[in-house]
Amino acid sequence: MAIRKRKPNGSAPILEVRNLTTYFYTEDGVVKAVDGVDFFVRHGEVLGLVGESGCGKSITSLSILRLIDRPGEIVAGEVVFEGDDLLKKPMADMVDIRGDRISMIFQQPKSSLNPVFTIGDQIVEVFEIHEQADKEAAWEKAVGLLRLVGIADPESKAHTYPHQLSGGQAQRVMIAMAMALQPELLIADEPTTALDVTIQAQILDLIRELNEATGTAVILITHDLGLIAEMADRVAVMYAGRIVEEVEVETLFKQALHPYTQGLIDSIPVLGAVKERLNTIPGGVPNLIDLPPGCRFAPRCRAREEYGLSICTEVEPSLAEAKPGHKVRCWLYEDHSGHDAPLKPREAKARKKDRP
Amino acid sequence: MKQFAIRRILYTIPVLLGILVVTFVIARLIPGDPCTAALGERATQSACNAFNKRMGLDKPIYVQLGIYMADVLRGDFGNSIRFHRPVSTLLLEKLPVTIELGVIALLLATIIGIPAGILSAVRRNSTTDVVTMVAANVGVSMPVYWLGLMLQYLFAILLKDTFLWLEPGKRLSAGLSSIPFYKAWGLGISTTSALYPAVEFISNFFLFNSVITFDFVVLGDALKHLILPSLALSTIPMAIIARITRSSMLEVLSQDYIRTARAKGLVERMVVLKHALRNALLPVVTILGLQAGTLFAGAVLTESIFSLAGVGRSLFDAITGRDFPVIQGFTVVIAIGYVAVNLVVDISYAYIDPRIKLE
Amino acid sequence: MTSIPEAAALPAASLRSNSLLRLTLRRLTRQRNARVGLTILISLILVAAFAPLIAPYEPNRDLIGIEPVTQRQKPCIHLLGCPADQPQHIMGIDANYRDVFSRVVYGTRVSLMVGFTTIGMAILVGTLLGAVAGYAGGWADNVIMRFMDVLLAFPGFLLAIAIITVLGRGLQNALYAIAIVNIPHFARVVRASVLSIKEQEFVAATRALGASDTRILFLRILPNALPPLIVQGTLGIAGAILEAAALSFLGIGAQPPTPEWGTMLGTERNQVFTAPHLVFFPGIAIMITVLAFNLLGDGLRDAMDPRLAQVSKPR
Repeated sequence: MAIRKRKPNGSAPILEVRNLTTYFYTEDGVVKAVDGVDFFVRHGEVLGLVGESGCGKSITSLSILRLIDRPGEIVAGEVVFEGDDLLKKPMADMVDIRGDRISMIFQQPKSSLNPVFTIGDQIVEVFEIHEQADKEAAWEKAVGLLRLVGIADPESKAHTYPHQLSGGQAQRVMIAMAMALQPELLIADEPTTALDVTIQAQILDLIRELNEATGTAVILITHDLGLIAEMADRVAVMYAGRIVEEVEVETLFKQALHPYTQGLIDSIPVLGAVKERLNTIPGGVPNLIDLPPGCRFAPRCRAREEYGLSICTEVEPSLAEAKPGHKVRCWLYEDHSGHDAPLKPREAKARKKDRP
Repeated sequence: MKQFAIRRILYTIPVLLGILVVTFVIARLIPGDPCTAALGERATQSACNAFNKRMGLDKPIYVQLGIYMADVLRGDFGNSIRFHRPVSTLLLEKLPVTIELGVIALLLATIIGIPAGILSAVRRNSTTDVVTMVAANVGVSMPVYWLGLMLQYLFAILLKDTFLWLEPGKRLSAGLSSIPFYKAWGLGISTTSALYPAVEFISNFFLFNSVITFDFVVLGDALKHLILPSLALSTIPMAIIARITRSSMLEVLSQDYIRTARAKGLVERMVVLKHALRNALLPVVTILGLQAGTLFAGAVLTESIFSLAGVGRSLFDAITGRDFPVIQGFTVVIAIGYVAVNLVVDISYAYIDPRIKLE
Repeated sequence: MTSIPEAAALPAASLRSNSLLRLTLRRLTRQRNARVGLTILISLILVAAFAPLIAPYEPNRDLIGIEPVTQRQKPCIHLLGCPADQPQHIMGIDANYRDVFSRVVYGTRVSLMVGFTTIGMAILVGTLLGAVAGYAGGWADNVIMRFMDVLLAFPGFLLAIAIITVLGRGLQNALYAIAIVNIPHFARVVRASVLSIKEQEFVAATRALGASDTRILFLRILPNALPPLIVQGTLGIAGAILEAAALSFLGIGAQPPTPEWGTMLGTERNQVFTAPHLVFFPGIAIMITVLAFNLLGDGLRDAMDPRLAQVSKPR
């Protein structure tokens, strides 16, 4: 697992997400999919947004582009892109930004392309929307883009339909479409999850090349810490609708602070190392309708028990800088004087029983 | 693509054979002696023997089936017992009325049904949606003939003496007649000419005939007379189309590629009309063929209410009058037409959906 | 997000349909359409059951000489200002001096009977054919399903008319005709379900335990084919009632003096300009009944569709 060299930091953020809150009003109750998320992305950097499936990372990315559909709704927060709050913009302006200044690629490349239009037409459409380009010139550009993203024989491939492509090719087409207008920010939502391992590497290389060549900032959303290590400059770890840790990628792997992040890192299988069994985090992601009081990770947290913190199940910690540039949401690093009381032995025992 | 079309056409052959066998069996199962049905109750034994021999009824049943199939293929359905005319001539005369009515009704159903379905889906759970879907549910539950009668009462009686008054039936107002195009053009085709059935068939499409002869008075009058029956006939298909469009649109709108289209920066109107609609219409196209069946059932009822001498009405009269050759001939032709419509729909579906081409 | 374990993972079919039933009922009662449909249907069943109590007269009672009525007399409703000294006939009087309201009330019995018996017959035969075709496969499948294809090649109403031509007119024959026309739909539904379930693991497990083919078919596979059958059946009843009424309207279904809505409408169709109430009320009755089954069928379909359960939950 090679950890990627960091870009010089200190450049200003291109995107700042503050207190982003997106709820889904379902029949079963209000699903708090994204619940007060804060993070930022700098110009030209790759930010990894990592977490288990269902933690709200995809909803976060869709909220940035305001692509949330009913019954979902962005309830609160700011998404400041180059100084403007996207959530306050009129829809007409938002539409202009999508695909031009911020673009997005998705987890299922094949179903993300419209089955009834040729891939050439679908790329050309981006130019038609944002540049009123004439059809012929746009088609030439589309073919050029297909060549750029490594599609063999782009002239004839442009005339094919999505069902005739492999998953990897489809994702290349999606990338071509997303990069058509050289956006300032690319959101890649699990771009390789649905692909074969060998194809995954190629697609990641492509995204990295484009990031380095064009300076497009990238938000890479994934559940795979291995990907983060290879691709990201900085990482935000998400759990149950909240950011729980945010730091430079090197620091994360050397010295993760949050028990959840530590658990994630421990559960990565290491090539060559023989372990009796992989360390896994006990339990599952909490129900986002009926969240536990206090820290959302508390029911699964071993550290809480080891340190005998009872505040964790009562009051939620805040996302605070534990060290310079290293934010974490955990009572282990936050002053909890005045809150704390030792766990009652019986409770601790009862909790242990729940573990598998 | 061609392969698909060929395979689809080949597949209909056994179905067509099945239709012939079934109609043949039905015709043989009809209670009563064909001889007394044709010649009357007092036909003598020798006359009946002669009749049976002439009609091939003395031959083994499989030979009769063979003769029947050959006859149908030649377009010979025998003679109407009541009118003493070939069934095929009757068909050529009646079909245009029904086709005209059906096509106008289907057009109406599509033109209103599809936009209603789109609007309902896009504004899901809004008042528009609720009202449209209540109307659609009532629409599919509507007895066509009842609606027809109520429309007649409304437009002929309640709206009498207003400009909305409409005549409850017939194809044209009294005193007007549609002059066949071959007469208007002075082609001089006699009733014995081989072309006569064909030109008569075409000229019986009053709308088409009046357009090509520039007779706009007849065109307007014919259209006016089509309003009520086609409205009644279109209700059920319209409701079905609206419902299918809505559910298909809702399904498509939740697809990944719609999210992609939005992420590209398309405005919502274009997302719906360009990216969603084309996909959403695929299931609508498939049910259009099935609507031909609904339309036919409706045509039997509508024509009988609005005094239109179409296939449905004639078939019904034949049933009441026990005119078996007519029943058999009409049934075969309608079933074949139904199969053909569905064949065309399936093949055109393959043209709209690129995914089918590869298979 | 907590995910509900796949129902297919459960070992016994009965267990699955049981939980599915409860889930379905819960979802069904949440839907406005289904609630409305169910309410209307229950009311109609009550009307049919208590027709003698609700209807003021016998359906075929000739009122001439008993009350001062005239032929095709307009409705007389006391609440709407009809003089109190006149006998109340809220839907008027028909050509044979009978109370239309009483006939419409009794008509509920006929229409519900028509709907349930025709579709009952069609389900019985269709299920048998579909199950055999799907489970046996091979030539049996081919013969059965190709024949079903031929039946489906006719517009349903036309086929029903043709069958009545053979059987002769009358309500009973109309029932047979509609049942036959509906058989292919159920055969297809059951065959598709059987095919998809046949290969699933719990069936293989049952077979490994030594169960016979018939046992597997009836106890394991058919209960699983039930949900689509119920949906198709409910919608089928709506169609059957509509078709039966249409056949009766044309005079080849129920015969007078049966208090059947289609017949009532058909016999008075020429009077629509002079006595519209004779056409209006039976038609409304047909529409409401058909609507109830349509709403309920749609509701059941939505409630049983596992895909819809997941809608509205974020990834």
